Amino acid sequence: MQVATTWRSKAKVRASAGPALALTLAVTLALLLLAPAAKPAARSDAEANERYLSPIEMALSPDGRLLYVVCQGSDELRVVDIQSGKVVSAVPVGHVPRGIALSRDGRQIYVTNAWSDTVSVIDAATLKVVRALATGFEPTGIVSDQSGETLYVANRLSNDISVIDVNSGQEIKRLLAGRGASYLALSADGRRIYGTHIYPNAGAFRTPPNSEITVIDTARRTVVDRKQLHNVAGVFHVALSADGKLGVAAQLRPKNLIPLAHVEHGWAFGDSLTLFGDDVGGTVQVPIDELDRYYALPWAVAITPDKSKIFVTTAGSENVTVIDVRQLLRFAANSARIRQSSANGLVNDLSAAANYVTARIPVGRNPRGALLSQDGKRLYVANRLDDNISVIDTSSEKVVSTIDLGGPKTISALRHGEQLFFTADYAFQGQFGCANCHLDATIDGLQWDLEPDGFGKDIVDNRSLEDLAGTEPFKWNGGNPDMPTECGPRTEKFFYRSQSFTAQELTDIVKFVYSLPYRPNRYRLPNGELTPAQERGKAIFERTKYKNGNPIPEKNQCAYCHSGPKYTNQQQVDVGTGKSTDRSPVIDVPQLPNVVYSAPYLHDGSAQSLEEIWTVFNPKDTHGVSNDLRKEELNDLVEYLKTL
Amino acid sequence: MKIKPRMLFARLAALVVVAIGIPIATAQNIDMPRFRWENFTTANGLPDNHVFCVLVDGTRIWAGTENGLGRYENGAWKIYRPVDGLAHQAVLSLALDKRTGDLWVGTMGGLSRVSAGRIDNFTQLNSGLSNDIVYGVGVQGDFLWVATAAGASRLNTRSGQWALFNERNTPMYEIWTYAVSPAEDKVYYAVWGGGVLEYDVKTERWKQYDDPDGETQLVLMKDQGLIHEITTSVSYVDKILWVATYFGASRYDGRYWHNFLQKDSGLPSNFLSQIKAVDGNRAWFSTDKGLAYYDGTNWAVYRPALDTHKPEMLVRDAAGAVKNIAVQSAPAHNYILGVDFQGDDLWVATAKGLSHGIRQHGSTESGSTGSAQVSQVQRSIPKK
Repeated sequence: MQVATTWRSKAKVRASAGPALALTLAVTLALLLLAPAAKPAARSDAEANERYLSPIEMALSPDGRLLYVVCQGSDELRVVDIQSGKVVSAVPVGHVPRGIALSRDGRQIYVTNAWSDTVSVIDAATLKVVRALATGFEPTGIVSDQSGETLYVANRLSNDISVIDVNSGQEIKRLLAGRGASYLALSADGRRIYGTHIYPNAGAFRTPPNSEITVIDTARRTVVDRKQLHNVAGVFHVALSADGKLGVAAQLRPKNLIPLAHVEHGWAFGDSLTLFGDDVGGTVQVPIDELDRYYALPWAVAITPDKSKIFVTTAGSENVTVIDVRQLLRFAANSARIRQSSANGLVNDLSAAANYVTARIPVGRNPRGALLSQDGKRLYVANRLDDNISVIDTSSEKVVSTIDLGGPKTISALRHGEQLFFTADYAFQGQFGCANCHLDATIDGLQWDLEPDGFGKDIVDNRSLEDLAGTEPFKWNGGNPDMPTECGPRTEKFFYRSQSFTAQELTDIVKFVYSLPYRPNRYRLPNGELTPAQERGKAIFERTKYKNGNPIPEKNQCAYCHSGPKYTNQQQVDVGTGKSTDRSPVIDVPQLPNVVYSAPYLHDGSAQSLEEIWTVFNPKDTHGVSNDLRKEELNDLVEYLKTL
Repeated sequence: MKIKPRMLFARLAALVVVAIGIPIATAQNIDMPRFRWENFTTANGLPDNHVFCVLVDGTRIWAGTENGLGRYENGAWKIYRPVDGLAHQAVLSLALDKRTGDLWVGTMGGLSRVSAGRIDNFTQLNSGLSNDIVYGVGVQGDFLWVATAAGASRLNTRSGQWALFNERNTPMYEIWTYAVSPAEDKVYYAVWGGGVLEYDVKTERWKQYDDPDGETQLVLMKDQGLIHEITTSVSYVDKILWVATYFGASRYDGRYWHNFLQKDSGLPSNFLSQIKAVDGNRAWFSTDKGLAYYDGTNWAVYRPALDTHKPEMLVRDAAGAVKNIAVQSAPAHNYILGVDFQGDDLWVATAKGLSHGIRQHGSTESGSTGSAQVSQVQRSIPKK
């Protein structure tokens, strides 16, 4: 088996430094302490303000001459002439474009704009945006049905799939998807669309995560099946073979229920694939990791037209994994092992990949989209953090050229920090990076057993990284006053046990983390005013008296703790939500902006919804006063919180 | 409003016809729909014999029972209970979002959404739902309207926002909402003990309809309003509102009320659990003494005979003449709780099983030639 080293071979040196791993934020923050004087990098403002392209997805024109590249960072579609390898056009689209599809005749290009909640429709002849179609929240993946009359758009934040009539441009309906609906694939016969999800579905507290592959019948335009993916959280691209008999989805299997400090006995994430379709029957999960090396964040999947090979980009490991389909199916066809896989046996067998992974092809930083030419001879890989495209000869399994998309030629501190955030190269055995838990720099919807204090102790919900400045201290117990000391050498040694960042790297990654902005809030009215329900909720949030007129103690008023621009007074308090398994009931007051997107709630994620914070976990009015509220008043409060 | 002479004549003629009691057709030659009934019980897979509600989704049948939700498809039953993720085992109401295929299930312990096998639950603790006892559900575009034991709730399925309607923001003086029938222009609620509430979608205003006789069970002013305030079901079709109560049924065209009582209609009982309109003129009535059908003129009743329990079909003409049609089968029980349509077929929820009424065209129930036998003619449907 040909296994190439990754872009930073020093990772292998670091891999021997210790047997333990650290979780994303823990990793990031632990490293910060290594540079207690972490000051901004000595870079010019011009450098810092560079606008990088961040190519993320691609499509080919029907004649194969043009490569359309979605550039997430520059809000553009860049058009590359394949023969010359040159960018021939740049089309401005909406904010944070994330997905692309072509009409059946190739005359229209559809680009989803995640932060505009639209699809830009581009005339392929003129390369002009001719109209924008409304979608759900954070449109990501998009496909056109075979008739070309209907578009399906996966909406990551509204957890649904928009069904859009192309002729009228109207959204006909939304189909219920799983949480974090993100990627779609049309079957070769056009009868089915398969959808995957970046976040796990809601589940009972302290149970293994589960996700689904949502199956849409394109004739009825309804969801007809949901393939259950057990012990799976993030699921990324999905692809179907040309004969329709094999489906492949890239995914993460987190081990969030056991203490991370015990990682030397196992691993934090299983980078893996789910196989489905007639070739395997049911669903079968298979690993792509190896015993001593991991291939973090499997993201995009491409199956050659002859179904001989599967290519998987691993966004955290800067390479493309190559799988021999025949060997894979032969391996999966071992009935005993398939049966074992249902009990997670096969997918947890790190020796398995040797049976079907034939190569690891080094590519650029944070490889995302993967696209095969129609003849299957070329694979294009979007290196999001290098602003270029790797062109791979699928026969020799080597990069034969790299297409420069024309991004900035210098790397700013911010960009460098972003590269560090998304790579798994610094972790023990390359197991994971910050972006494993903070998927696309957000959350993962999981609760982790981080501390080495026993199984099921001090469970913590993954917190948002949006606009963190002014929310210090960090961690749910508020134990660390600022980002550089958040985890420190102590935690680093405890969790990370690998070579640290340099002082400059640490400074850069802090800069990147602090740069993450709020996602658009969809619950505020465009004019900034509040709806009557939101207005009523605001009054409840800000009230100082019980309904009987008696004053509410200041420290038990919502707006006392959740005060200031980030709705946190940055203090630590006991609001009665601590569990017997927590070392201390004192909890850091979390910031509230965009709280609507970060379910579940409370420090340990035990509240499945905003309502449960008060209906279940506030029996004695210790977390604000809620027990004198009528149901509709609580609903108003929730509506207000959604606007923050 | 001016009435044209021709219209006035027509109305007078109709009044004369009614006044002198001339039937448009006699009981002997009325062709009311006939069915061959196939009944399901726990013996052949139904979750429970006490069936509260039934819903048809193409070839798939959903039955809400006291002990689980049943899905009948391709000749087999699949059962959903709390162990399968359902909010509660007692299923009181069902509604289908025809655009998405999602099924909404009202239970004694919250609201469940069944979507391609996945079940999500909404309760008064984890969501904005006003109460976990969900008597009725109805889909209106992106809105889900819910009738609960503590008022009405409306979920915006796109934004997730819940709006609650109760005695504080509507004319609802009794909060025990029992059923809901949403349409594009109006949403109607049957409020058990509180008459009917109408929500105007355009103006977002509520209006109440109550029995002009008050709480009395005497009908002092028939056809001057809702027959009784203990309402159990509403069905709004073709801008006509049909209402079921424990003391008769009502039809309201926006201006005039017409009430149906056992004593002067083909209703076998005044005790109704559900009413389901076919259109503005035709409706099915679920009573405790059989399933009744009204075609705008004539009535038919389908049930096991109240005394002999043998299959029975009664037809009543406009003049009140009743004939007993010989039939070979009947719904599983005469206590009917709900009905839904599958083309010309019926699915009927009863107190002791689920019944499939397979429509028989142009012949007797058994399919043999010949007209239905008239076994007896009476002036009214017998009372038990």
